[in-house]
Amino acid sequence: MSMKTSSKLFGLVLALVMLITGCSQPGVTPAPASGANAEGGEASAAPGTDSPAVGFIFVGARDDFGYNQAAYLGSMAVEKAYPDMKVLRSENVPETAEAERVMEQMIKDGAKIIFPTSYGHLDPALNVAKRHPDVAFFHQGGLKTAENLGTYFGTIWEPVYLAGVAAGKMSESGKLGYIVSVPIPQVLLNVNAFQLGAQSVNPDATTSVVFTGSWCDPGQQANAANSLIDSGVDVLSQHQDCTKTVIETSERRGAMTIGYHANAATLAPQGWITGSVWNWSDLFVDMVDTAIKGEFKGSKYDGKFRGRLSENIVQLTEMGSEVPDDVKQFVEEKKAELVAGTLSPFAGPVLDQAGEVRFAEGEEPTLDELEAADFLVQGVIGNIPK
Amino acid sequence: MITDILTGAIRSGTSVMYASQGELISERAGVINLGTEGSMLCGALGGFAVTVWTGNPWLGTLAGGLCGLLISMIHAFLVLTCGANQLATGLTIMFFGMGITSFFGRGFVSEQIVGFNPVPIPLLSEIPFLGKVLFNHDPLTYLSFILVPLLWYLLFRTRLGVILRATGEREDVLFASGINPQLIRYAAVLAGGFLAGVGGVQLSVAFTHSWVENMVQGRGVVAVALVIFASWLPFRAMLGAYLFGAAQALQLTVQQTGLGISPFFLFMVPYILTLAALYIVERKKRSQTPEALRKVFTGTSAG
Repeated sequence: MSMKTSSKLFGLVLALVMLITGCSQPGVTPAPASGANAEGGEASAAPGTDSPAVGFIFVGARDDFGYNQAAYLGSMAVEKAYPDMKVLRSENVPETAEAERVMEQMIKDGAKIIFPTSYGHLDPALNVAKRHPDVAFFHQGGLKTAENLGTYFGTIWEPVYLAGVAAGKMSESGKLGYIVSVPIPQVLLNVNAFQLGAQSVNPDATTSVVFTGSWCDPGQQANAANSLIDSGVDVLSQHQDCTKTVIETSERRGAMTIGYHANAATLAPQGWITGSVWNWSDLFVDMVDTAIKGEFKGSKYDGKFRGRLSENIVQLTEMGSEVPDDVKQFVEEKKAELVAGTLSPFAGPVLDQAGEVRFAEGEEPTLDELEAADFLVQGVIGNIPK
Repeated sequence: MITDILTGAIRSGTSVMYASQGELISERAGVINLGTEGSMLCGALGGFAVTVWTGNPWLGTLAGGLCGLLISMIHAFLVLTCGANQLATGLTIMFFGMGITSFFGRGFVSEQIVGFNPVPIPLLSEIPFLGKVLFNHDPLTYLSFILVPLLWYLLFRTRLGVILRATGEREDVLFASGINPQLIRYAAVLAGGFLAGVGGVQLSVAFTHSWVENMVQGRGVVAVALVIFASWLPFRAMLGAYLFGAAQALQLTVQQTGLGISPFFLFMVPYILTLAALYIVERKKRSQTPEALRKVFTGTSAG
């Protein structure tokens, strides 16, 4: 009888574990770019016209030294540019039907412009957009669009490539580490750019990639960081929403670190090399401006908008105090070449891990091709989860 | 590589281990507390907050333990005094813990603390292999090394231990000999909550130095599972916690070797290992579920 009791108990407990861990995992939607614009019926007013309010939803906390902090700063800029406009914000909105509920509430509260800022908010936003043709949606990072839903993003892989150059220069072991969440194209693209940057200055450099399965699980992040450092990695980079734990862990362990999403140099006075960050402020203000004037349709924002390094929408932060001047200067030169268009990180030949040619000699992949990345380049150690 | 995995096992297993020792005390007295997850979260936040305010991680540990205890007090009251269903109550407490900590934790996400850091023990940490695995940890981890034998001694070699175990097995005998099992159960649940809270502190103040909403991520529930796997024995629960930690460390190490195994498969490994272990234990029929886990003693029915 005791056997039965404990088996039952265990079953319950296991179900719970799955519930909890399952809840916090962001949905891994492969999101094939479906070009079909769903809406047929014309709405009377252009979406977003004269909106008295604008709504922002964030998947995490506004001060996470990361993804959400960057988007939050953008929302602050909108608030400043439009003092009379109501700015509605909701943090920690999961990538589920809950997001639909929050957006519906914001629309009820007057918002005709909505910023769903997480990758996984796309499907809920598409559902809400269908129901409200008069509301303009600006989704961050999505690959699908609709009549009244455009997506915006930046070519963050450009500064990530530069960070890779800096990391390749700074690393003594030539072993770099990259802590990532789930295998979506954005993530793979960044890892590839980083490795290409590092191997452009150190052909023997490798990047060990570790998937945590989550956007923000400090326990797993600390595990991963410690594990990478134990194996000889001396520069850690990451693609996580909250970046604090990895940066602090690496600083305590005496490793160097590359930031992501937001400037976190203060967390690692010794080991901070540089970081790739978003500069949404001007872009958000311009998008809101376009929408309230009723000019959403036909503007550059009604499809897939991608801001470049040259437009200052993605940036490389200042270099850390421990970085020698010649490295700083070298990275600056590379940056100038990138901005001028004379340097192209993914110009062929680019080989994947198996040694197959992905972009042939002389080939220059388009942004769409890059955003569909489903491979890791040679020199990256680790697998894409299937 | 083996050294790394074993070190990683202790690093990431310690918080779970604290919580499972706490749950073990509670279940030995006949109360299942699924609210352990909630206690860990409250401990993690309380410990982190007090460490931010005072700069003293020991005060943080105390505070975190007390936060875990307070949450488990709700469980004890509802189950023992009001006679509520323990599983339902535990679940409620777990979700309550998630809610209350995300509400009060809002301002602590970007706070920085010094917290606990690894302190290599002189001489011992020089021993090859063992030194690195065992003697290069934070103070809370060392404390947990002492806690387990202490708990074992308490349970199986002292009068208090007999009383505690009797509470979970033969409450009527205990009641007849003039001891109120209700009181013992209260004490056991609260002690369990305290330890779960300390487990939370280990996670936030010693291991990650961070607070993030819902950062315990199911470790409290794993702790409850471990107690069952461990047949309510402290050393086995310790082993189970390290096994869970080792599986986590192993999957990270395997990812870095570039072997063609999907990380998503590897994420399941800790749970599969636990499941397999349970199966083996059950087959050997070594399970010793305390009788009282199946019902709640009110103090009147036997009297």
